[in-house]
Amino acid sequence: MLDSSMIELSRWQFASTALYHFLFVPLTLGLSWILVIMESVYVMTKREIYRDMTKFWGKLFGINFALGVTTGLTMEFQFGTNWAYYSHYVGDVFGAPLAIEGLMAFFLESTFIGLFFLGWERLSKRQHLGVTFLMAFGSNLSALWILIANGWMQNPVGAEFSFETMRMEMTSFAELVTNPVAQVKFVHTVAAGYVTASMFVLGISAWYMLKGRDLAFAKRSFSVAVGFGMASILSVILLGDESGYEVGDIQRVKLAAIEAEWETEPAPAAFTIYGNPNNADQETHDAIKVPWLLGLIATRSLDTQVKGLKELMAEHEVRIRNGMIAYDYLERLRGGQDTPENRARFEEHKADLGYGLLLKPYVENPAQASEEHIQLAVKDSIPEVAPIFWAFRVMVGAGVWMLLLLALGFYFNAKRVIQKQRWLLWLFLFSIPMPWIAVETGWFVAEFGRQPWAIGEVLPTSIAVSSLTTHDLIISMSGFLIFYTLLFIIEMFLMIKFARLGPSSLHTGRYHYEQIAGSAGGMTPATAPQKPAE
Amino acid sequence: MLLDYETLKLIWWLLVGVLFIGFAVTDGMDMGVGTLLPFLGKTDDERRVIINTIGPHWDGNQVWLITAGGAIFAAWPLVYAAAFSGFYFAMLLALFGLFFRPVGFDYRSKIANKHWRNAWDWGLFIGGAVPALVFGIAFGNLLQGVPFHLDEFLRPFYSGSFLGLLNPFALLAGFISLGMLTLHGAIWLQLRTAEPIASRAKAVTKQIGLATIAAFALAGIWLATGIDGFRVVSEHIPNATPNPLTKEVVQESYAWLSNYGTYPLTLLFPILGFAGLGLGILGSIKDHPGWGLFASSLGLTGIIMTAGAAMFPFIMPSNTNPNSSLVVWDAVSSHLTLNVMFWAAMIFIPLILIYTTWTYAMMWRRITVEEIQAQDHLAY
Ligand code: HDD
Ligand code: HEM
Ligand code: HEM
Repeated sequence: MLDSSMIELSRWQFASTALYHFLFVPLTLGLSWILVIMESVYVMTKREIYRDMTKFWGKLFGINFALGVTTGLTMEFQFGTNWAYYSHYVGDVFGAPLAIEGLMAFFLESTFIGLFFLGWERLSKRQHLGVTFLMAFGSNLSALWILIANGWMQNPVGAEFSFETMRMEMTSFAELVTNPVAQVKFVHTVAAGYVTASMFVLGISAWYMLKGRDLAFAKRSFSVAVGFGMASILSVILLGDESGYEVGDIQRVKLAAIEAEWETEPAPAAFTIYGNPNNADQETHDAIKVPWLLGLIATRSLDTQVKGLKELMAEHEVRIRNGMIAYDYLERLRGGQDTPENRARFEEHKADLGYGLLLKPYVENPAQASEEHIQLAVKDSIPEVAPIFWAFRVMVGAGVWMLLLLALGFYFNAKRVIQKQRWLLWLFLFSIPMPWIAVETGWFVAEFGRQPWAIGEVLPTSIAVSSLTTHDLIISMSGFLIFYTLLFIIEMFLMIKFARLGPSSLHTGRYHYEQIAGSAGGMTPATAPQKPAE
Repeated sequence: MLLDYETLKLIWWLLVGVLFIGFAVTDGMDMGVGTLLPFLGKTDDERRVIINTIGPHWDGNQVWLITAGGAIFAAWPLVYAAAFSGFYFAMLLALFGLFFRPVGFDYRSKIANKHWRNAWDWGLFIGGAVPALVFGIAFGNLLQGVPFHLDEFLRPFYSGSFLGLLNPFALLAGFISLGMLTLHGAIWLQLRTAEPIASRAKAVTKQIGLATIAAFALAGIWLATGIDGFRVVSEHIPNATPNPLTKEVVQESYAWLSNYGTYPLTLLFPILGFAGLGLGILGSIKDHPGWGLFASSLGLTGIIMTAGAAMFPFIMPSNTNPNSSLVVWDAVSSHLTLNVMFWAAMIFIPLILIYTTWTYAMMWRRITVEEIQAQDHLAY
């Protein structure tokens, strides 16, 4: 049996490195399009300020992108290093979108990003715009393929277990690609990235306006980002096509956990605004409910039921018992008793094999589990509810907050009086962390809500790990902790430095610090660059 | 179109080879450049010249490595699982080495502080030299067999240690890997920089190249005489459902030479290895670095294929439980997956080669110190 603290540490390591990777991803996804918009305006109008905008926001983009790549490398290695059994068990299906992501997306974005930065002098205007576009397109394609992979973990379609190879095998590539969960995820996640980038540009531009410097630059950046941001936040909130959250048991469990709904309620279900969900009592204490709202949010209808966790657990118990039979026949088949009869019996119960594997932490051979073991496994078959419940509310809260802010920003910007709304500009500045809070909690809901499964209903997290020791994990975790902390400090230092410097960092001689330096007879503030622009 | 399973298994062995070679020729070169950076660049501007020869391309080049990883995951899931988890700390070492590159390239010249830049230069050195060494060491261990086994549910267990990976033969393989990539990087620098860096690069190609050739020859002799290879003794069933536990494998002397006897054409690989590196040095000395670079690319191809052909059909032999060894016939994905991935590769690899070539063409020139000074805020 696998060491449970090693499993815990493997989960911590994956979770922390993935959440860390996703600090940088959303900004890349969104800012790359904002750069495309700015540069398109430049190519169409030939106004230099738009080229400067592309270059300046491009600088910040680059600082972020470097860490996106660095931390992405970890993710690519980590399935093999830390989730070896997972890699064997589902590599046949899961590996494909990952490899295609490399061939189709990473090559594109990474090949052109070099020219985006270093090709200004060597490419024509249109060529450079083309390069910027391909870079943005590549980044977003990479999100598509990785989310197809991730969507498959939540809802494993187009694949079947083979006892001969002891793994999941692809039966339909088309089904894998058109997985409804993947589509929903793609729209929601990519739009979340666009929101992130918009809030980033808005917050920094607002600060320039508050400081009264580089106004023309700041206002134009603000206008581009506020329109883009408004469209994106609406997509995040409204386009999250609800159907994705109804397919498959995992998504149903997640939905019930988000709502801390223990008992199935008659439709339309109420939405719990506040409460203390407790897995041990299987109850939500001190709940404050708003009638009908859940039915509307979750199913967009008034007559579809949202199943409660207790009912789902009762279903799981049946499936666990089936899974024990499946495991029994699997052992016989692999032990050499490959008779047509055994095959038939196995096929009959094979869909529940994964549920049988939920017993693995308690007994070596799930076919021989006791009643007590079964009850323990049933309890494990749903995630810890409270963290999901709260994380979801934080995400939605952040979303509503950003919607309001963006709507106000959009309105005042359209009336051309944004610069006078100092209170709003301050709010934009201080709301820069909001999109990050939303995306991190969002991923937490999606991934922690998937527990106890690594692959929904197929492979429990507890057996997906590599055969390592706790000691190995402590060493690798320490390595990541040290590297990632240092990298974070360096990144933040550069990001803040260049954000403060603003477009003066381009050395065109047209912006704030260089203007002051010029008028004050060559005195340069400490943060300004040392060399004069040519 | 669905190709025959047996054919696809073979094609995927070749395709993984192609990805490794693509990695060595492009990103391997960047690693060589990184390794040479602190030594060939005496001033800050010179170092920036060196960095900017690969500045626009290193990130795209690195994707050969990422894609090779992804392709192994998709085509040989058991290899990905057993090798990455077995070589746990070696993989982490390579990974932590790679960390220095994206940030090194992008952040180094953003601040005009001597210590800052110096620190990143050594970071780029680590990011080049360490992964190059580790990948060679990994190959060296594959050739000797890896202490691992599979249980009845195909869970891989590794029973060696990290220090066990650092045995003399593996270190020699690591040296070859580092040497060949450094040679390749030096010729590139000779081609793409102006004086005085170009002649400094030229001055090192001979030593590095000859040392690598000698090491390659030594490894060949060692492999032929001192290292037992592996051989599948059970019958090979074409188109079989992949199951690594049904075959019988023995470890015996000279087994790694048997392919060269059976298919004499494969002898071209070691020949290509020697000749490529040799002509690479010659091209450099005779001031034809363009030809030199072409020749050293062929040399890298020859060396990688030499190891591959010696082991074929083995990918990851086990020396503690030889029957658990992973071979190209039984460590592979299903027929459908191999087929889908084959077509994906057929469509995208040519496209990648086309646009990558375009980017090299657009950025092609000798980079000079004057140019870097003129573009102080634009260049890396
Ligand atoms: C929704 C988007 C998304 C998600 C969920 C992930 N990534 Fe990512 N990844 C990107 C979106 C992205 C990106 C936008 O394409 C990045 C981020 C910043 C960047 O530089 O490219 C990137 C970079 C990036 C790189 C470097 C690529 C390069 O050199 O260009 C690798 C190897 C990975 N990722 C691998 C992964 C893996 C194995 C993940 C699964 C756990 C993962 N990423 C999650
Ligand atoms: C980058 C965005 C992502 C974030 C922020 C994220 C977050 C998380 C979190 C919080 C966990 C921990 C769950 C737990 O163990 O309690 C986790 C686990 C995991 N995630 Fe993700 N995830 C991301 C993307 C992905 C993607 C795209 C995949 C697959 C393609 C993936 C695969 C996994 C795996 C294999 C585990 C470990 C097994 C497990 O604990 O379930 N993750 N992730
Ligand atoms: C305000 C209304 C919102 C609703 C109803 C909502 C709903 C959801 C749900 C149900 C999930 C879990 C999906 C799953 O596990 O399959 C999720 C995940 C996520 N959310 Fe939200 N969300 C909202 C706002 C936001 C905002 C504003 C952001 C960021 C700007 C965001 C970013 C994310 C991310 C990155 C994920 C993880 C990826 C995924 O599973 O799609 N969400 N959201």
